[in-house]
Amino acid sequence: MATEVRATPQQSDGQSREVLLDVRDLVMFFPLTRGIILQRRVGWVQAVDHISFQVYKGETLGLVGESGCGKSTTGRAILQLYKPTSGEVIFKGTDLTKLSPGEMRKMRRYLQMIFQDPYASLNPRMTVGSIISEPMQIHNLVPKNQRNERVQELLETVGLNPYFANRYPHEFSGGQRQRIGIARALAADPEFIVADEPVSALDVSIQAQIINLLEELQEQFKLTYLFIAHDLSVVRHISDRVAVMYLGKIVELADRNSLYDDPLHPYTKALLSAVPIPDPVVEKKRERIILTGDVPSPINPPSGCRFHTRCPYAMDICSKVEPRFVDQGGGHYVACHLYPGCTP
Amino acid sequence: MADVPGRSPATAATIRGAAAPELSRVALTRPRSYLRQSWDRFKRDRFALAALAVTVVIMLFSYGAPLISEFITHKSYSDQSLLRGLRPPFTDGYILGSDNLGRDILTRLAYGGRVSMTVALLAVASALAIGLPLGAIAGFYGRWIDSVIMRFVDIMLSIPGLFLLIFINTLFQVGWLGLSLVIASLSWMGLARLVRGEVLSLKHRDFIEAARVNGASDFRIIFLHMVPNVTPIIIVWATLAVPVFIIVEATLSFLGLGVRIPTPSWGNMLNEAQQFIARSWWLAFIPGFMIYITVLAINILGNGLRDALDPRLSE
Repeated sequence: MATEVRATPQQSDGQSREVLLDVRDLVMFFPLTRGIILQRRVGWVQAVDHISFQVYKGETLGLVGESGCGKSTTGRAILQLYKPTSGEVIFKGTDLTKLSPGEMRKMRRYLQMIFQDPYASLNPRMTVGSIISEPMQIHNLVPKNQRNERVQELLETVGLNPYFANRYPHEFSGGQRQRIGIARALAADPEFIVADEPVSALDVSIQAQIINLLEELQEQFKLTYLFIAHDLSVVRHISDRVAVMYLGKIVELADRNSLYDDPLHPYTKALLSAVPIPDPVVEKKRERIILTGDVPSPINPPSGCRFHTRCPYAMDICSKVEPRFVDQGGGHYVACHLYPGCTP
Repeated sequence: MADVPGRSPATAATIRGAAAPELSRVALTRPRSYLRQSWDRFKRDRFALAALAVTVVIMLFSYGAPLISEFITHKSYSDQSLLRGLRPPFTDGYILGSDNLGRDILTRLAYGGRVSMTVALLAVASALAIGLPLGAIAGFYGRWIDSVIMRFVDIMLSIPGLFLLIFINTLFQVGWLGLSLVIASLSWMGLARLVRGEVLSLKHRDFIEAARVNGASDFRIIFLHMVPNVTPIIIVWATLAVPVFIIVEATLSFLGLGVRIPTPSWGNMLNEAQQFIARSWWLAFIPGFMIYITVLAINILGNGLRDALDPRLSE
């Protein structure tokens, strides 16, 4: 069902930027099984279907989409929390999908994750200190007698009191817990962090603090983020480039400004038109594109372009042929038959 | 600000300078260990503390049975005196009276406690040793491993225990050790199911994924992250199992399958007493009361332990 034509985003702006993470043709299907001992496969949940993108060193790549579109799955498949069905995830020249579990464990110190739910992501029976020092223990990074000091240092770095090391997660608020989660992610000195909706469980006022902290840390430790979110304004604020996912596919990938100012894909246009603008005059004039229907099931996705069932501009070809993911100039990639080069 | 050598210094001052001006490195008191903190929480629960004391006294009494026989009652548990049967407490030198064969009840109670407690505790320990790893492995690895283990559990559950015990007994002479193993092998399934269910729900919690992201091995994840979160249900299960096992042992002894007379156990003392209950109430009351107190104390103790091991309950 998947066609072999898949464009890998290439550098087109002339600048030489170092590619830190190169995702090629990543596929993540989950089997649907039936039966007790002899399990028959009755289908696949096609959560992520042949996606390719690159993340440059030091940048933040935003990944947006509705819930269920596969953005979290993409993040987890990159970190090999799920074994990808096929495709390559090349991190600094190493294909993570081909590493043995032991080799992958050693690699993990460079790839970290910040979780969505700060209440679920910290072990309730461990102190903050042991939570943060666990990566150091596992990778044997800091001499034992200095780990305490390093934990305190990290707590300060994320804006918490170093005294908190002896406390338990339940004693903290959501925002504080998220800071603890960030400190844990930093403990192993990573280069790449997948932030899986790191602020969507937080109050708006706390969201800004956490976002600013993430930005400060990025600058200080030269981090690279894959920032997964469904909040378009948050993504706009933090991202350098943004990828839009729909039903397991990346439909558009561009520079933040060109994506927000000049979205190409009808789905992106609809998404952006749903963001309210805090100005009644503009708000009155602007046009909302309202999508009809629901997101189709990823078990049985629509043929051709997956968006054709809801697309206001759908043509005959859309239901038959899958559009290619093509650069429309300046690194603005889109997969839609409305644009030149996308129809194979 | 002391920098850790060889690392990029996370200089908090540059980031949080305005917000936290004087966060110099504090000399942390050595963090109290998890068990130490649990003990501190446990101490605050007076009921649990009392239950612990009672349990310890019962244990000392039971395991000190030879000493009691030697220095207090001056009788062995099988010394008979048919002329002095069924004496009430505090008569003829019988502190807790005598049974129909004139055996000293206090001595038999201590020896019986030793048998009952040993069988129950050993059975709990063996059931834990089987049920905990099997349940954890089934829940953690899932797929066919889970299917195989859980179908085996179903098969074991469908075996009628009593008939199996009778069968085993006709083939082998089962002592207290064999008895505990048989009880354990017939009762680990419930625990395995409990643990599997708990592990299944823990498996997809973010903190387990976080441990994985940090490079933790399966072993580390199971024993450092999952088992501490499964301990409350294990403790509850164990404290409920001890009394059940004491009673199972009593039942089996009654059927002639467990501990055989003249070796006393609380169960067979109770059962022997039933013919005389109208005349000599203490024969049934004393071992019955011991079972009751033991069961109650262990239950309260288990409750206190479960709370003490939960850091969320310290204020």
